[in-house]
Amino acid sequence: MTISITVNTVERSFAVQPDEVLLDVLRREGYLEVKGSCRSGDCGACTVLMDGRPVASCLTLAAKADGHVVTTVRGIGDQAHPHVLQEAFVRNGASQCGYCAPGAITSAKALLDENPDPSEEEIRLAMDSNYCRCTGYEQQIEAVLDAAAQLRQEARK
Amino acid sequence: MSIERKSFRHLTEGSYPATHVVGKSVDKVDGYALVSGAPTYTDDIAERDFPNRLHGRILTSPIANGVIASIDTSAAEALSGVRLVLTWKNTPRTFYTTAGQGWPEPSPYDNQMFTERVRFVGDRVAAVFACSRDIAEQALKLIKVSFKEEPAVLDADDAMKPGAPIVHPEDPKGAYDAAHNVAAHVDINVGNVDKALAESEITISETFQTHYAQHAPMETHTAFAYTDDMGKVVIVSSTQVPWHARRIVSRVLGLSMSKLRVVKPRMGGGFGTKQEVLIDDLVACAAIRTGLPCEIELTRKEEFVSSRTRHPMRIDMSIGCDRQGNFKALKMYVLSNTGAYGSHSLTVMSNTGSKTLPLYNKASDVRFFGDAVYTNLPVPGAYRGYGATQGYAALETTIDDLAAKLGMDPIELRKKNMIRVGEGSPIFEALGEGRQGVAQTIKSSSLPTLLDLGAEAIGWAEKRGKRVRNGHKVRGIGMSMHMQGSGIPLIDMASASIKLNEDGSYFLTMGATDIGTGSDTILSQMAAEVLGVTMDRISALSSDTDLTPFDVGAYASSTTFISGGAVVKAAKAVRNQIFAVAADILHEDLDASLVSAEPKVEWDNDQPDPILSFFHMEDGNVVSVRSGKRVSVSDVAYRAFYEVNQHQIAATQSFVSPYSPPPFAAHFVEIEVDELTGKVEILKYVAAVDCGVSINPDLVRGQIMGAVANGIGFALTEEYHFGSHGNMTNSSLFDYKILSRRDMPPTEVIVVDNYEPTGPWGAKSVAEIGINGAIPAIGNAIFDATGIRLHRTPYTADRVLAALRGKSI
Repeated sequence: MTISITVNTVERSFAVQPDEVLLDVLRREGYLEVKGSCRSGDCGACTVLMDGRPVASCLTLAAKADGHVVTTVRGIGDQAHPHVLQEAFVRNGASQCGYCAPGAITSAKALLDENPDPSEEEIRLAMDSNYCRCTGYEQQIEAVLDAAAQLRQEARK
Repeated sequence: MSIERKSFRHLTEGSYPATHVVGKSVDKVDGYALVSGAPTYTDDIAERDFPNRLHGRILTSPIANGVIASIDTSAAEALSGVRLVLTWKNTPRTFYTTAGQGWPEPSPYDNQMFTERVRFVGDRVAAVFACSRDIAEQALKLIKVSFKEEPAVLDADDAMKPGAPIVHPEDPKGAYDAAHNVAAHVDINVGNVDKALAESEITISETFQTHYAQHAPMETHTAFAYTDDMGKVVIVSSTQVPWHARRIVSRVLGLSMSKLRVVKPRMGGGFGTKQEVLIDDLVACAAIRTGLPCEIELTRKEEFVSSRTRHPMRIDMSIGCDRQGNFKALKMYVLSNTGAYGSHSLTVMSNTGSKTLPLYNKASDVRFFGDAVYTNLPVPGAYRGYGATQGYAALETTIDDLAAKLGMDPIELRKKNMIRVGEGSPIFEALGEGRQGVAQTIKSSSLPTLLDLGAEAIGWAEKRGKRVRNGHKVRGIGMSMHMQGSGIPLIDMASASIKLNEDGSYFLTMGATDIGTGSDTILSQMAAEVLGVTMDRISALSSDTDLTPFDVGAYASSTTFISGGAVVKAAKAVRNQIFAVAADILHEDLDASLVSAEPKVEWDNDQPDPILSFFHMEDGNVVSVRSGKRVSVSDVAYRAFYEVNQHQIAATQSFVSPYSPPPFAAHFVEIEVDELTGKVEILKYVAAVDCGVSINPDLVRGQIMGAVANGIGFALTEEYHFGSHGNMTNSSLFDYKILSRRDMPPTEVIVVDNYEPTGPWGAKSVAEIGINGAIPAIGNAIFDATGIRLHRTPYTADRVLAALRGKSI
C-alpha cells in the first residue's frame, strides 16, 4: 500500500507493507535520526512526533501515519541550525552515548510546545518513557529547564 | 576553586598547574552530531551505505544442556531470499574466548563459533543471513534441530558437587578444572589469615549473594561486515575493543590481519558488554562466504539472554580486629557463577579482591580465594565495576555489621583502617588481573574529605540511628566506601598520533575507544592543553585498526589515564618538534636531545619539563622564554612543510604505566522503608568522588550519575528471573526494570579534585567506581532503619518484606 506522510514539513509518499512499523519505514527512507532500540515501546529511543504528539515509532504502524504530520529530531533542528533544546543538551553535558538523545529531545519538544514553563516533576513525567542508561538523567532535565528558560526569554523579546 | 550548582559540587584539594582547556566543561566534540540524530551508529551506516545488505539472525538453544543430535538446514536454505546458513557443520572449529582482553588471554578457550553441544538457553545453534530480517526470521523456524537433552546445573552452589553435570566435558584450554566445572581459581595469601582470625579479639563472618544483571546499553550489539574493493574484510562494529576484536576474528576465521579492518563508529553505550566479540565473527564469515555486506543487530531479548551479564557471586567475608576496631585479618572467599562460558571468569573474580581489600590496608593477614564455576545459565562477562561491585557488596556491609558489633561509628571504623597517601597494600602486588599484580603506593587521595563532605551532605550526625517514623514508614541512613583502579598496570597500552597542519591546527588519531563516555572530547582537551590551542584546533579520529594506532580498548577504567597518557606524550613530542623549527626561525639554541627525548606524562606534573625552560606554547604561538620573541605555529608548519629542511611534523607515542592510581568514593544514602509493603524508597543519594583532576567536570558528573543510576537499579529493581530450565523469563525492558526519570532519586554528586602526579594532567579514572556504592550503602541504610541485614540482592519489596516479617513473627 502507499501512504502519504508529511515528514519534517515535506510531503512524502511511501510504499509500505500493512504490518510495517513507522520506525522501519522512516529508517529505510533515510530518516536515520530515528533510532531503534527495544522495538517494544519500552525505551523511547524511537520517539517521533505525530501531529505534535510523541509516539513510539516502533509500535506505530506506518499505515496509521497515513495523512498525518510526522516530525523527527532532525525536523526540530539539525547540526547547522540546532534547536535551543539541542544546544542545551550539548551545553549541559546531557548526552553521553547519545543514542537516546533524539527520542528524549523529541519528547521534550512536545512538552515545551504545550507547557513552556514546566516544573522539574513535569519534565520527569513527560520524558519518563525515554530511558537513558548513561547520564542518570539529571543533566538532561537541567538541559530542558535551561532550554525552556531560554525559549521563554526569546518569546518575550 | 569551587563550583556549586544544584546537585553538583566541584571542589579542589591541594594545588595544581593552571590550565586553559583541561578542567573546563567544553562541549563534547560529537555533541551536535548526537543531538541531531546524525547517522553515526553502526546500523545507521549500514542502512545508509549498504541498503541491500543481508540481515543475520541467530537461532538459539531452547534447552539448558544437551547435544544437537541432528540439524537439518535444507528447508531454510531453500527459502527464497536466504543466502547463507551457518552451523557447526560449516564453520571453523577453532576454540577461543569471546572476552576481548589483552594477550596472552586470561579467559579459557571454551567457545567455538558453533558446536554440537548447547550449554544454556540462549546459546548459539545456527545463524541465517537473508535479504530481510523477516525472511531471516522465517528461515530460523525452518531449521530442524533435534536435541538430546542432558541434566543441567542451574545453581552455582551445585556446580562443584560430585556427580554434577559437566558443562565443558571437552576440557577447554585455560579452564582451571573443567572436570569439576571450575573455570578459574585463585588463592592469594598474605600472612596467615586463619591464625590471625583465631587470635583476633573480635571477629565477624558473613555470607552475601549477588544476582544476575544486564548492562542494557540503548544500542544492542550491532556489527556489519563487507569486503572492500581491495579484498579486505571491513567490520564496522559497536565494540569496546576494536583491536581485540580484530585479533580474535583473525584467529577464528584464519584471516591475515592485513586483510581485516575493524572500525568503531559512534556507539550507543557499552558498560562492559561490548568488551566481548559476540557477532563480529559471524558477520565477517558471512560477508566472505556470500560476497555481500552482512549485518547482525541483536534484538533486545537476545541482548538479555544471549549476550553478557554480571557474574552473580556468593561471597564469604570474615574480618578480625581488636576491640578498638584495628583490622588484623581479612578473609574473602568468592564463588563466582560464570554461566556456560568462562569469559572474564578469572579476571572479574580477581578484581573482586584486588579492587576492594587494599582499601583496608591496615590488616596484616589477608587471604583472597575463589572459584569461578560453570553452570548452564546465561554468560556473565565484563560489567562496569568488574567484580569490585560484588566485592564491595559483601565487604562494606560486613564492615557495617562489625561497626555495630564494636559499638563504633561506621565512618570512624573505616577511617581507622583505610589506605592513605604514602601507603601501599601487599594485595596490590600479590593479586593482579588473573596474575601477579604490581606494587602501588597511593600518591593522591581525598578520601578523608569525601567521607566528611558526604556525611555532612546526608546529615549523618543528626539522622544516623534515629529511625524517624512516618506511620508505617521508617527512615535510615547508610554509607559505603570504595576504590577502583586506572587501567591495568604494566599491561594496558594505548597509543596516539598527532600531525600538525599548515594553519597550526592538529589531527589527532588514537586507538582509544569512545563508547559514549566522551573520551574523544577529553583526550582532545589534553592535547589542546599541551599544544596551547583551543578545542577547535584539534580534529580527532579514533578506533580504526587501519587508520589509528593501537589501544587495548575501553575497559578497566583505563581510557582517561592510559590513553590520556599516550595523547599527552604524543602532543609533547609534536610540540618539541615545533620548538626545534621555531628555534631555527628565531635563531635561538635548543639542545637536540631535548627535542628527541621521550616525553614523560609526569613532566609538568611533579617534575618540570626541561624543554619548557627554553620555549612554551601560547595561543597557537611558540614563545621563547629567554628572548620573549614569538613565532606562530602556522609559520613553523609552512617552513617545515615547504621551505627549509622539509619534513612532516608528527609523532606517535605509546603509554603503559606501572601505576594504576585508584579513584576513591564515599556514597551515602537516606531511605525510607515501608514496613507494610517492604518497598525501599531513596530520599537522597550522595556520591562523593576523587578522580584526580576532572578533565571535563560535566562529563565526570555524567559518569558518576550514570553509574549511580545503574547501581541503584542493580540494588533495587534489576534482576534476572529464571524458569525451571534456566530460561530467562523477563527478557524485555518492560519486565527488567531499569531506572526511569521518575525513579531516579534526588542525587548529589560531590567531586573533589586532587592532583594525581602519575596521571595525564593529574587525572585518574571515574567510569566504573560509581556503580559500587548503591548495594552496600542502601543495605546499610535498611539496617539502620530496621535492624535487619539483608544478605541477598536485589533489595526488592518482597525480599525486604519477608525479612521484616521474619523479624516480627
